[in-house]
Amino acid sequence: MIATGPDAVREQTPPLPASDLVVEATHLRKRYGLTSALEEVSLSLEAGCGLTLLGPNGTGKSTLLRILATLLRPTSGALRITGLDALKEPAAVRGAIDMVGHGTWIYEDLTAIENLRFWSVMGGHDAARARLRAALESVELDTVAECRARIFSAGMKRRLALARVLLGRARLLLLDEPFTGLDRAGRKWLGEFLMSFKARGGAFVVATHSFDAGLGVADRIAILAGGRLALDRPTTELGHDDLRRLYDDLALGPGVAS
Amino acid sequence: MSHYVRRAWIVVWKDVLSERRSKESLNALVFFSLLLLFVFQFALGPERAKVETALPGLLWLGFVLAGLLAFGRTFLVERENDCWEGLVLAPGDKSAIYLGKLAGNVLLMAVVEAVLVLLFALFFNLDFTSALPGLMLVLALGTLGLAAVGTLFGAITAQLRARELLFPVLLLPAAVPVLLASVSATQTVLLGEPLADAAAWLKLLAAADLVYLVIGVLTFEFVLEG
Repeated sequence: MIATGPDAVREQTPPLPASDLVVEATHLRKRYGLTSALEEVSLSLEAGCGLTLLGPNGTGKSTLLRILATLLRPTSGALRITGLDALKEPAAVRGAIDMVGHGTWIYEDLTAIENLRFWSVMGGHDAARARLRAALESVELDTVAECRARIFSAGMKRRLALARVLLGRARLLLLDEPFTGLDRAGRKWLGEFLMSFKARGGAFVVATHSFDAGLGVADRIAILAGGRLALDRPTTELGHDDLRRLYDDLALGPGVAS
Repeated sequence: MSHYVRRAWIVVWKDVLSERRSKESLNALVFFSLLLLFVFQFALGPERAKVETALPGLLWLGFVLAGLLAFGRTFLVERENDCWEGLVLAPGDKSAIYLGKLAGNVLLMAVVEAVLVLLFALFFNLDFTSALPGLMLVLALGTLGLAAVGTLFGAITAQLRARELLFPVLLLPAAVPVLLASVSATQTVLLGEPLADAAAWLKLLAAADLVYLVIGVLTFEFVLEG
């Protein structure tokens, strides 16, 4: 069981300021030569709102997350993060963004607590040992705090990456397949953390293949199909079966679904 | 401590700690230095005059080849687990990362140079004691210049597929002023001449160091962004 709630660490940082739109993406397109990765994707995300992004492999979920993180420039379109033009001033919005992508940003020859210390200092956060230990306790890694990350399993590395997020002051959280490799307790903890993150005025986008996890944490569900946003709907309007049917029709095509 | 200095310091701390534990670069570099000395020993034979004439060039050849191995690896660790993305997203001036990486490289090279000088003294029965202060000054200036340009090109080529091929091709021509000045100043020092005789070369070294440092600090953000 997870012993400590996610707020145990975050309560030591000031509450996130309330604002209107955290993300405003308009007509985003991304092309690699003649290949189109994203086509005319527009979405907005208010503070205190979570979006789950579904879609088959290769439909542009990770590309969209990387564009929202300012790690990738779109071929065309506009992007505002916390009201600022993220394409003109990426450096100005990066302090408000945190991400757990396919990579975990873990240095294998550092211990768990040393990894947290490094990223806390790099992010300009409080790197007090007690705070780092509390973050590790939250993700149940306190017993291996002094062990090198090289010996960690994939799930433990994922937890360590989430502990890093816990120490930050991001207003926009971007998670690519965050439930992969986590056990039941880890999934439950992540769900609680995302809920508390929303309650504090943050917004998140989660790209996942897990319908249950996606429905459980988000306020809206979006489906990407062939690089286009095929659906963007509140989760209150969708049950699990509705979502499965829509996903099959939109993402896989009616022929495949039947 | 300012945020800038703390960020530069934490990069040095991370790199030194990782290297101390893995010893990946250090082991390879020390083994490489030993190999190089065996080759030099065979090539030059026991004739002392021949060794003394060639010594400055041999020393810097060893340093440059060790640097090619060390600097090329500097940013590869950042590619593992996409740590590079974290560095890009970290707020603040990115040149702090460059200066941290540079300081880590200078420390690594200092260890390798100390080992190489010691091995040269043992293998060729040389006495560096009287020339040591001057030699240390030349080594410090030369290493800083070499590391400044090597760290920057290490970052540029870390993102390329043909990095092993491109890194020496880019580094060696850019490092020519540093190498020429370092070899000439080292020769003056080892011949026992006063350091003032090498003033012109030392000034050139200091100027090259400054230019490479400024270029690295100003351009690193664009390099990191890719």
